[in-house]
Amino acid sequence: MSVDEWLKAAVADAERRGLPELKPLLEGLAQATKALRAAGLGGQANGPTDH
Amino acid sequence: MVPLTIDTFARRLRAGETSSTQAIEDCLRRIDSENPRLNAFIQVLAEGARRQAAEADRELTSGIDRGPLHGVPVSVKDVFDIAGTVTTAASRVREGIVASSDALAVTRLRRAGAVIVGKTNLHEFAFGTTNEDSAFGPARNPLDDTRSPGGSSGGSAASVVAGMALATLGTDTGGSIRIPAAACGLVGLKPGYDELPADGVVPLSRTLDHVGPLTATVSDAWHMLHALRDRAPAKPLSVTPVRSLKLGVPRHYFCDVLDEDVRRAFETALERLRGEGATIAEVDIPHASLVASIYLHIVFGDAAAYHADALDTMPDKYTPNVRLRLEMARYVTAEDYVRALDGRRVLRREVDAGLSGVDALVLPTLPIVAPPIGAGTVQIGERHEPVRNLMLRLTQLFNLTGHPAITLPCGASASGLPCGLQLVGVTGQTDNLLHVAAGVERALGR
Repeated sequence: MSVDEWLKAAVADAERRGLPELKPLLEGLAQATKALRAAGLGGQANGPTDH
Repeated sequence: MVPLTIDTFARRLRAGETSSTQAIEDCLRRIDSENPRLNAFIQVLAEGARRQAAEADRELTSGIDRGPLHGVPVSVKDVFDIAGTVTTAASRVREGIVASSDALAVTRLRRAGAVIVGKTNLHEFAFGTTNEDSAFGPARNPLDDTRSPGGSSGGSAASVVAGMALATLGTDTGGSIRIPAAACGLVGLKPGYDELPADGVVPLSRTLDHVGPLTATVSDAWHMLHALRDRAPAKPLSVTPVRSLKLGVPRHYFCDVLDEDVRRAFETALERLRGEGATIAEVDIPHASLVASIYLHIVFGDAAAYHADALDTMPDKYTPNVRLRLEMARYVTAEDYVRALDGRRVLRREVDAGLSGVDALVLPTLPIVAPPIGAGTVQIGERHEPVRNLMLRLTQLFNLTGHPAITLPCGASASGLPCGLQLVGVTGQTDNLLHVAAGVERALGR
């Protein structure tokens, strides 16, 4: 799931739970998640093994 | 405000010039006069403290000397269990949960002769850095009570600065010992990960939480550290001559966003150390810009798991801001949590590499001075930066990596608010870090 897809689902879930004020916080978390994923610090199944 | 040190008290105690009972009465008087202004204590344990102090005095008279902490009034952040009291974590969520025994760290302090004067205020569940969100109201900075004392161990820091205790026991998950120590002009020690016991402590993140002291001096931190370890040091604290020190400054990221007063104080301190003969080298932590992203995913994942049941069953018992941030934390995915763990390993290697060939890393502790209570952002240069991000910016890396880190005062802003200088040591060498810190403290004029 992409971060944008995750964010859309998370915001919808928060609204369903009566917590619409979570939206700006989730948007901030999404930025952090994008940075984390873009760094690619862990191994990937279709990439070289870790050393 | 110059707090009485453990060393000074210990000397006067053994010279017969004071007693533990006298010290406790002095602290209780300070609590009576200052706590209404500062809100540093959630619970004062006056009767127990008086009883313990009288016993400490009796022991000393009969020749039993428990060491440097004998008869010393110490406050404890209210995340540590103390038998027979509620461990509130500054939250209504924990109403009525009475501890059946002391946390191991408290047991060790008592064994070393410390007298527990009370339990201090904090940011609810230690999930914040300003102490503003507490079921008991905000703690205030004794140096300027319109400002935060930092957090989450803010009440702890305030208690020492205001003379309501001689030392205090805190916890540090992203900087919660070092941040309030810097904001209040104290020494704050985060030892290495798992170096001190967290049994009987309400957690924020069991993989990031560290137990440690806030004190007036490096020597006092040394006494607290060894009492908390429950074993005597291999050798006494020595003051490493600054001329023999090699210090590494990680300027990239860590010096990019600093209040001008903080920058001036830090650079002045470096000049002072250089002038005394220290070698200052620049080091790099290549992935430093990812620290906050990695930290958030781990602390959120850990906190969400711990709070899940209470969030579902008693959400209204949290303060609104802490509840919202915990609810946000529940949306971290397992795969991103694991990515953050991978990032943590990378950062640990990078800090180890930065420490190779130097005695310690040196950097500011806080990019700003103690912020006004209620401020969401502060201005640095042309930019308005979120207070929360700034408060954690320079400390959270070393919770991720587990390296020992200590803050000590290094000058003040134009308005007289203290700035902190942080030293980071090699894993497993916390004693050496304190030897270095003692040298730096002396060179900086404490």
